[in-house]
Amino acid sequence: MARYRSFRDLDWSLLIITLIICSLGILQIYSATHDTKWSDAWWKQALWVLVAIGIMWVASSIDYHTLLGQVPVLYVLSIVALLATFAFGKLVFGSRRWISIPGTGFNFQISEFVKLVIILLVARYLSELKREEVGFGDLLKLGVLVGIPTALVMAQPDLGTSLTYLPVLGVGILLAGIRWHYLAAIAVAGGLAVTVGYHFLQDYQKARLISFVDPSQDPRGRGYQVIQSKIAVGDGGMWGRGVTHGTQTQLRFLPVPHTDFIFSAFAEEHGFVVVVVVLGLYFLLLMQIVQNAQMAPDRAGMYICMGVATMLLFHVLINVGMVVGNMPVTGIPLPLMSYGGSNLFSIFIMLGLVNNVRLRRFSS
Amino acid sequence: MSDPERPANESSDRLFRDDTKFALGRIAVFQYAAVAVFLFLIAGFWVLQIRDHEANSTLAERNRIKTVPLLAPRGKILDRDGRVIVDNQPAFVVQLTQENLKPEHLAPIAEGLHLDLDDLRATVKRYAAGKRYSPIPIKRDITPAELTFIDSHRDPGTFPELELVQEPRRLYPQSGLAAHVIGYVGEVSEQELNTSDFASYSQGDLVGKSGLERQYNEILKGVDGQRRVVVDVAGREHQVLESAEATPGQNLQLTIDLDLQAVAEIALEGKKGAVVALDPRDGSVLAMVSRPAFDPNLFAAHIKSADWKALTSNPDNPLLNRAIQAQFAPGSTFKPLVAMAGLESGAIDENYSVRCNGGGTFYGRYFKCWQKGGHGGVSMHAGIVHSCDVYFYTVGNKIGIDGIAEYAEQAGLGKKTGIDLPGEAEGLMPSSKWKLRTQREKWYAGETISVAIGQGYVTVTPIQLASAIGGMANGGVWFKPHLVKMAATADPRRENWNLDNIAKVVSGMYGVVNEGGTGTAAAIPGITVSGKTGSAQRVSNDLRKSGKLEKGELEDNGWFVAFAPRENPEIVIAVLLEGGEHGTLAAPTARDVIKAYFDKKTRLSKLTQQPSLAFIQRPGAPVGPAISSPVASIATSDVTSSSEDH
Repeated sequence: MARYRSFRDLDWSLLIITLIICSLGILQIYSATHDTKWSDAWWKQALWVLVAIGIMWVASSIDYHTLLGQVPVLYVLSIVALLATFAFGKLVFGSRRWISIPGTGFNFQISEFVKLVIILLVARYLSELKREEVGFGDLLKLGVLVGIPTALVMAQPDLGTSLTYLPVLGVGILLAGIRWHYLAAIAVAGGLAVTVGYHFLQDYQKARLISFVDPSQDPRGRGYQVIQSKIAVGDGGMWGRGVTHGTQTQLRFLPVPHTDFIFSAFAEEHGFVVVVVVLGLYFLLLMQIVQNAQMAPDRAGMYICMGVATMLLFHVLINVGMVVGNMPVTGIPLPLMSYGGSNLFSIFIMLGLVNNVRLRRFSS
Repeated sequence: MSDPERPANESSDRLFRDDTKFALGRIAVFQYAAVAVFLFLIAGFWVLQIRDHEANSTLAERNRIKTVPLLAPRGKILDRDGRVIVDNQPAFVVQLTQENLKPEHLAPIAEGLHLDLDDLRATVKRYAAGKRYSPIPIKRDITPAELTFIDSHRDPGTFPELELVQEPRRLYPQSGLAAHVIGYVGEVSEQELNTSDFASYSQGDLVGKSGLERQYNEILKGVDGQRRVVVDVAGREHQVLESAEATPGQNLQLTIDLDLQAVAEIALEGKKGAVVALDPRDGSVLAMVSRPAFDPNLFAAHIKSADWKALTSNPDNPLLNRAIQAQFAPGSTFKPLVAMAGLESGAIDENYSVRCNGGGTFYGRYFKCWQKGGHGGVSMHAGIVHSCDVYFYTVGNKIGIDGIAEYAEQAGLGKKTGIDLPGEAEGLMPSSKWKLRTQREKWYAGETISVAIGQGYVTVTPIQLASAIGGMANGGVWFKPHLVKMAATADPRRENWNLDNIAKVVSGMYGVVNEGGTGTAAAIPGITVSGKTGSAQRVSNDLRKSGKLEKGELEDNGWFVAFAPRENPEIVIAVLLEGGEHGTLAAPTARDVIKAYFDKKTRLSKLTQQPSLAFIQRPGAPVGPAISSPVASIATSDVTSSSEDH
């Protein structure tokens, strides 16, 4: 592959939007935690954003074709790492998601990085299809390949993160083309799987689904979070209550206002107008990624960009939907805003991959 | 992972072109889907932030702003010298707020606070039926362990309905001192809430339930305040928005003298009966004791059902204030009033004499004198001194029932004295009219004979007897008995009784104590104590015949009524000993109280005679120069203006 990389060719609109959203996130983390024991979270997040930019640069530098070539290795590594979390994982809130790096004090959430592997895996598989549609055998293979890590993460248990893998596969298949009767068959199979799977869900996962349908059923558990989040959002009104003046956030009626419910805190303090502006920024970010997909030099690049776009869209839909009570509480963070290094790094690597594709758009 | 025979793009498959054109349409669909997703999300924010903003703001307000009631302490109750009888102590009440009450929380709350779940459910149900969202008090006596439970569970995530509110608690004297006078407080009952008196109350409020606590509830209760504070999720206060302090209830100064009260309490300890000591010059009650007593502190928090059961099922009925509620035949203590009636009506004069041979026949029936051998020739003075039944049979017969009733009623018998306590009994002064009205029968002259010695239909309460005799000795001027200084009436009831006649009867009563009569046990050297003993059947003859009574109930009651000094008396006392057989046994109690009164008076006058100690004078103390209250000065000007020192 020819080297057409230059600093100028990076997707600067994408980067600027990303950094604006990150800044708003850091501001909101500060506002939500300034008088709590998490009060150092905002500068940690700022530090991680800087590190993430560096990682993104690295991710955009290595030719994505090389990365795709390493998918088997990455995939096996992912499975091994996920299995390792069962053995060495840190138990937090009844779930083993994190692996500590000895001596550093850092905890990595393996399932966050598996997201990248899933994107690359789907991109590679679909780009190597000889036909213009996905066959039954392909569906089966992809189902098994994506299904194994999904099941492992689900078993941690981390229902939310595991569910983020499936849309990438789904959108990929739709893009690649699929016969309608396969689609119908998948829908039926999926419906059956959900019905049967419900019986195998953990109690807390069932409770989340129940509290999603009717939050008032469980006003002091999951339902409590949604109720308080909706109150916080609604309290913001048109113009918000001002930074550090949202009472739901500041008096901590709103749970985890710097991680999963950061957008609720943001909505309370900034109001509807700014919320629409920020959602607009997310939309622009998404469209910028989609544009890179459209201009991708090959199918693999297109699938990578669309995988990233899907991953982002799904995160925003689930997280923001949860904040306004339209989606279940699944523990999915808001990309770029929620406090947390693993998710931030994972997203920035994804954006690095998009740039990676962009930098090589004239290569073929 | 991938097909093993992966084809090289350009070489083996010419038809396959690795470009993205095929997908552009599908990518456009993705874009439209993204637009839909964002519109869906924005719609969610529009609903919450624009359409339902008001409602959500209210909810946020309700989250963070808590209204904490500041309960007003009730007024203290003081004795006539300003000594505290009833005080308050800080305490807590656990409440459930109805706005965020969840029925499924009741079970763990009941467990944590050691409450009976069914009781708790019933309480909550009772309050839920109320008109207002008033907080539900569920527990008032809280152990440290329960306090910890409340502290760790009242956050919005656990039991947001759980509240701990400071509530001043009544602190009553131990051992039931003046328990019946003071009464006790308790939660306002549903019946009370339905009356106009309690219109301003809501369920769970503490109100006076008996005694002075009830009588003067409006004065004692004060006005509750409230604080509006900003709290965080853990219930910690961050800011006070508004604070309206509670206005404590007014203190209540009684006419009771704790010194005398204590003497009377001790004298009655272990007995069953009552003591009432009044100042006949103004009607103020100096001491009022009823035994057996109860501990009002049992009621101060919330009376346990076991305690309540023990009190109400006790055959001696400790909750009864015998001083105003026990109605018994006065026995011989009635005789001075019969003598007064005889003199005032002109039926007899002081020289009228009767021969007592130990009994006499009236209307075909033989009536015994208590003295089997008889008293011989008996004048009025001797009749009173020796309590000769035959003398009073004869006199009563001469006066007739309606004559006796007229003067006894003038003295205040047969109707409530109007003392400022709830639940006073009326007693009964029979007359021919009364019998016709209530029994539709004419009065038989033979029935007058029993009444003449204080038996038969006539019944009195200790307060009535003290007031009647006190007013007579006071020159036919009856002040309404009262326990609270401000309840004194300046306007006494006066009957036009001849002061000479009164002096003659009083002379007889003086003889009872000082001339070898039945009340010599009440004599105090240097003080002209005058009195009259009495012993009376506890129950009417009808009941007695019914045979349904326990042996103890057939025992006679002992009465003693006394006043001192004999002219312009300052203290009158009635002592009732249920089952006390005879008034001679009640006399020492009266003596102790009267002696305590005069001892204190002497003590105080000695102090005030020394200028250097003049500051010790207490307002309201019964000492000439120290009298400052308008009540007392009215009393002195009215009654003791002609006072010569005894």
